[in-house]
Amino acid sequence: MRYTAFLATVAASALTAGVALAAEGDTLAQVKQRGVLNCGVNTGLVGFAAPDANGNWSGFDIAVCKAVAAAVLGDPSKVKYVPTTGQTRFTALTSGEVDLLARNSTWTFQRDTDLKMDFAGVNYYDGQGFMVRKDLGVSSATELDGATICIQTGTSTELNLADWFKANNMTYQPVNIDSNAEGEQQYMAGACDAYTTDASGLAATRAAFADPDNHVILPEIISKEPLAPATRHGDNNWTDIVRWTLYALISAEEYGVTSANLDELSRSSTNPDVQRMLGATDDYGAMLGLDKEWAKRAIAASGNYGEIFAANIGEQTPIGLPRGLNALWTQGGLMYAMPFR
Amino acid sequence: MSEVHAETVPFVRDTMLPSAAPPARQSGVVLWLRENLFSGPLNILLTLAGLAAVWGIVSHLWPWFAHAVWNASSIGECRQIIAERHGEGTTGACFAIIRERWNQFIFGFYPAEHYWRPTAVFGLMMFAVAPILFSESRRLRWTVLAVSAVTSFAACVALGAPDRVLLAVGAGFVALAALIEYAPRRALAFSVLYPFLAVWMLWGGSIWSPIAVLAGFALALVVWRLGARLGVGLLGLALGVAAAVWWWAALGPRVAADLQGLMPLALVPVESRSFGGFLLALTIGVSGIVMSLPLGIILALARQSNLPVVRTLAVMFIEFIRGVPLITLLFVASILLNYFLPPGTNFDIILRVIIMVTLFAAAYMAEVIRGGLAALPRGQYEGADSLGLTYWQAQRLIILPQALKISIPGIVGTFIGVFKDTTLVTFVGLFDPLKQMADTIRATFAWKGAYWEPYVFTGAIFFILCFAMSRYAMYLERRLKTDHR
Repeated sequence: MRYTAFLATVAASALTAGVALAAEGDTLAQVKQRGVLNCGVNTGLVGFAAPDANGNWSGFDIAVCKAVAAAVLGDPSKVKYVPTTGQTRFTALTSGEVDLLARNSTWTFQRDTDLKMDFAGVNYYDGQGFMVRKDLGVSSATELDGATICIQTGTSTELNLADWFKANNMTYQPVNIDSNAEGEQQYMAGACDAYTTDASGLAATRAAFADPDNHVILPEIISKEPLAPATRHGDNNWTDIVRWTLYALISAEEYGVTSANLDELSRSSTNPDVQRMLGATDDYGAMLGLDKEWAKRAIAASGNYGEIFAANIGEQTPIGLPRGLNALWTQGGLMYAMPFR
Repeated sequence: MSEVHAETVPFVRDTMLPSAAPPARQSGVVLWLRENLFSGPLNILLTLAGLAAVWGIVSHLWPWFAHAVWNASSIGECRQIIAERHGEGTTGACFAIIRERWNQFIFGFYPAEHYWRPTAVFGLMMFAVAPILFSESRRLRWTVLAVSAVTSFAACVALGAPDRVLLAVGAGFVALAALIEYAPRRALAFSVLYPFLAVWMLWGGSIWSPIAVLAGFALALVVWRLGARLGVGLLGLALGVAAAVWWWAALGPRVAADLQGLMPLALVPVESRSFGGFLLALTIGVSGIVMSLPLGIILALARQSNLPVVRTLAVMFIEFIRGVPLITLLFVASILLNYFLPPGTNFDIILRVIIMVTLFAAAYMAEVIRGGLAALPRGQYEGADSLGLTYWQAQRLIILPQALKISIPGIVGTFIGVFKDTTLVTFVGLFDPLKQMADTIRATFAWKGAYWEPYVFTGAIFFILCFAMSRYAMYLERRLKTDHR
């Protein structure tokens, strides 16, 4: 009897939770009504998300927020940036505090299924690497047997490191750190032989050293870290909007649409894909619940994918990341937008 | 012959010799050194070891401070300047990060054109607390008021507050100063109203909202007084609370909205997410400190109460709160509550954190005060009873004044702890000055690698504030010293 009552309670609360989730359902309508996009971002990651002295955010992930806001609300500045930590990011999304999480989060099986998130598409292919001092005389990560390694706790990098060393029959001494800044200090103070984190982070760290030439980033990339903007599971239309905004940015690069020639091409382009994307022919925006020029505005926000890359983390910036895996598929990379058809 | 001394001795000196100077080794610096530093083999050894340690630290850190650069636009430029000035390979502090991002360390992401609001709020805070904290010493009170008024006014000017704001702030300071000088009891009314004023100035919005909240308290008070006059006792209190809750939930917001329509008086609203740096630490810290003391007193009294229900509830609350880490409570505030509250509820994150910090501090405060209560001899309680005082009269007039005085070191210790604990809000994604704000500033490539400078800066400010609290506690203890030790 009591058991049944317990079950009934559980069922009732599950039902209430379901109703609550359903009430949250239409993110697009909420964002439009609110007039501002709540975008979950990193509390600060070089090149990806950082505020300047006046509190204006910029970076590679920020550009995604801006593009979505431009597509949905018509104004890339109508974004409220909600800085989230590694612990709070997913709850911030599932609890409805943010509409979109553009926070260098790796697309993994568990997060996609168990944590009830949808990933809209990869905006940066990262991977875990190692950095060592040059005078250590190491040229490959396979020579790191028995090394002490600085590793950020509670991240997927920690698990990757353990897996990789086990698979290669090697041992290591972890030095646990809490943040990138702390890791750099430990590494510089000589507390560890090698520092490991995502390769993009390593490049930025090395570039910021007083003596970057004395440090090398080893060639091995030991994990796949596809960083993807995430939305709540269950609101497919909203995920579609984020996904196709991202694809619009990538396609724009592929078709040579830049922030400079955007206006001109939207009138004069003869490429049917570009015509459809920019709303010159057909009304693809309506299928997303948006207007005709949504993609045009998204691209206008901070340029196409290539422009965003170059402005925030590319080789012209101090961080100096090469395109690598993030080049277009036509140039040997993995960036491949689905066709606008 | 007389046996008198003077008559048996041939010569008696009738003036004193001037006292000779003590031997050089028995006076002055030498004596002090000998007695305090070199009084034995062990002490000589310890002194030398201590001096070596001090020298080691100072000689190691001094160049870093001495080479400090304050004017640069990036850490790279800092390094270049240091290398130019002091030669290749030297290191130095790059305090340019503090200079460049000073406003973010102090205000977080608070909109720049409204920086004067928190500045004025903290200036006014001193006017609200001075009549209470410095009621005895006129000189001290005026020193504190003059310093805080001048600095906060100067800061408002420097931060580019509009002229009419400066006029209002200046006039407010002068009026309050006059009020405190000529009508100290009236000044206490300002102390009571201050929290509402501060909330309005910090968060902005319509002035009628805090007034509506205040009206709720007034309503509760009126109902309670009426009840007391009619002699319904506790029922009156319950009715008063019910009336206030009804007012806050149902009528108050509508009345506030209507009044705003009739007489618009509003500041530009600022979101809680914009709070950061020391503004955040002080907002949370001061609210936690101010609210945890009365709550702690009530909890301590409840724990000593003769009513089993009250006592059990108090014990459960205190032991539960003391049994979990503050971070747990903060996580509950930031994340778990989102699941329980209906979707779309916008329960302010700073408010949630303040509530949790207050509850946490109140539990510790209750135990500190209970220590004070326990230290009172039983005769004090019995004496109060024998005078025919009611429970509240006895507490107010006899028990608490003594118990609180005994508890001062513990109370201030808890205050300082609360203030420092505010940096833990970093774990719920708020921008505390120590870690999160610094990490975020370092996320700009120009400042990546400036690790120690923000810590040194933040640590120095925390030290100043906590040391001031500690000194005030010592002053208070001296002032209240009534025993004859």
